[in-house]
Amino acid sequence: MAESKLMAMGDAIARHVPSGSMVLLGAQLEQMIPFAAGHELIRQGRRDLTVVGPISDILFDQMIGAGCVSRVMAAWVGNVSAGVGYCFRRAVEQAVPRKIEVVDYSNFTMALALHAAALGVPFLPTYATLGSDLLKKNGNLREFSSPVSEEKLVAVRALRPDVAILHVQRADAQGNAHLWGSLGVAVDGARAARKIIIVAEEIVEPTVISSDPNRTLVPGFLVEAVVHEPGGAHPSPVQGYYGRDHAFFAQYHEQTRRVEDFEDWLSHWVVRVSDRSKYLKQVGVGQMQNLGVKDHAYTVPADFGY
Amino acid sequence: MGFSEREHGLIVTARPEEEVASRGYTFSELMVAAAAREIGDGELVFVGMRLPMLAFLVARRTHAPRAVGLFENGVVRETPSLELLYTMGDPPNLLRATQCGQMLDVMSLLQQGRVNVGFLGAAEVDRFGNLNATWGFRNEEKQRLPGSGGACDIACLAQRTVVLLAHDRSRLTERVGYITSPGYGTGKSWRRAQGLPVNSGPSAVITTLGVIRFGEDGEAYLASVHPGVSVEEVLANTGWALRVADELVETLPPRDEALAVMRELDPNHFWTR
Repeated sequence: MAESKLMAMGDAIARHVPSGSMVLLGAQLEQMIPFAAGHELIRQGRRDLTVVGPISDILFDQMIGAGCVSRVMAAWVGNVSAGVGYCFRRAVEQAVPRKIEVVDYSNFTMALALHAAALGVPFLPTYATLGSDLLKKNGNLREFSSPVSEEKLVAVRALRPDVAILHVQRADAQGNAHLWGSLGVAVDGARAARKIIIVAEEIVEPTVISSDPNRTLVPGFLVEAVVHEPGGAHPSPVQGYYGRDHAFFAQYHEQTRRVEDFEDWLSHWVVRVSDRSKYLKQVGVGQMQNLGVKDHAYTVPADFGY
Repeated sequence: MGFSEREHGLIVTARPEEEVASRGYTFSELMVAAAAREIGDGELVFVGMRLPMLAFLVARRTHAPRAVGLFENGVVRETPSLELLYTMGDPPNLLRATQCGQMLDVMSLLQQGRVNVGFLGAAEVDRFGNLNATWGFRNEEKQRLPGSGGACDIACLAQRTVVLLAHDRSRLTERVGYITSPGYGTGKSWRRAQGLPVNSGPSAVITTLGVIRFGEDGEAYLASVHPGVSVEEVLANTGWALRVADELVETLPPRDEALAVMRELDPNHFWTR
């Protein structure tokens, strides 16, 4: 049997995500955002990260507020159910806590940038963003004339993150990972990145993964580290495990309007919390039970027999 | 996101109960009903959240039972979710979906020109239907807003786009400060000159005061005013000299069956304040 890649979150981040890295987070949009990994990046004091993702809900906002980020490449940065991200705004408008560069994408062009890297080509063409100021301001989007037709197109430059951190429902110890529900850009993001860290709600036997290979996000030979982190996506949802903690997002919005308030929030939820199990205790056993699955909805088994 | 009202919530000051008592419906409900009428039966719809989500559900339950909903996280739905959603990634939006694919699966339908209508929100909309969701300009200060999400893609590639926003002079502006999502640019030939698909562009802007549409020249005109709203009120709250249709009509009030669907899904007027 192959060597286990299981390790603690702290070790995975320490080994594979140095300062200055380009990191893909939040590939599944509003679901399965790797908050536990983001919080560990903050605790380990990473600096000058480029964060990449279509949206990130409030994770990018937290990392920006903590001073970890020098560049954001994204289609949308804020708090999906509550509005703007105040840390993002402070960084862009006032360089607090530091100046950041924002490279604005649309969702589609972000997906194409990752897909191009996944395919190993320098760019992919699209009509999306023609006529927009995104095209004018983002140097990774370039208008060109089609070589095979009389058309203008946008070349979306391939984006190859140093690391993709992907939260999934289950994986084996080699990193063969099952993901279902909200896929977003996870498949492209995994194949685009130089390294992959898998964060899983459950660690299962390899036979569980190979029983349903259509559900495999990524084969384990592409994965550097596997972290078993139940609840690691809270407050974002994980289909089949827990729902979205809407109140937590609303509270974050209320509690981060001023920079001093954000610092209190960060201290309470990240800096003074040594790991995810402590964080979940702080969320509360009762609240995690409230968010848990009430009505299981199992898929009908598919027959792989012959 | 297709629809990013979020920070720029549709603020209607009256209390919903009072509005319902005096008129029979809230202005948000009127907007949802108007938005639902933009969806044809059997159409592919980039839905978005909040009011457009309600509009999609109303359309499906009334005149468009075969409309199909698309979401940027890859979800394709033909049945309403069992709960009201805060985000398109909420677990009820995935349960019993027709497909949970990748973002590129739904974007491929969009780029092929197969999506009939997409709903958008914005901080600003201008005379030619261009949208800004990237920079706010409030009290002379630039405010950084969340950005495009999928709005730019939908505005470029959907056959029709429908915008919902609160009618305010600062938000209906002569020229947006930043084009997050292109409308008709500076006039109708502009889209073709940019290389955008021929069969695409803004169809309607549904506001808290009326419905705006676009002429052959790409410029906006007032097509209907909501019941109890005067043309003068609309013009006074619009940041340019808005043209008015020769055949200006009153926006149809929501029908009872549409209101019944909305109130079943949103009994406390959480979204339809």
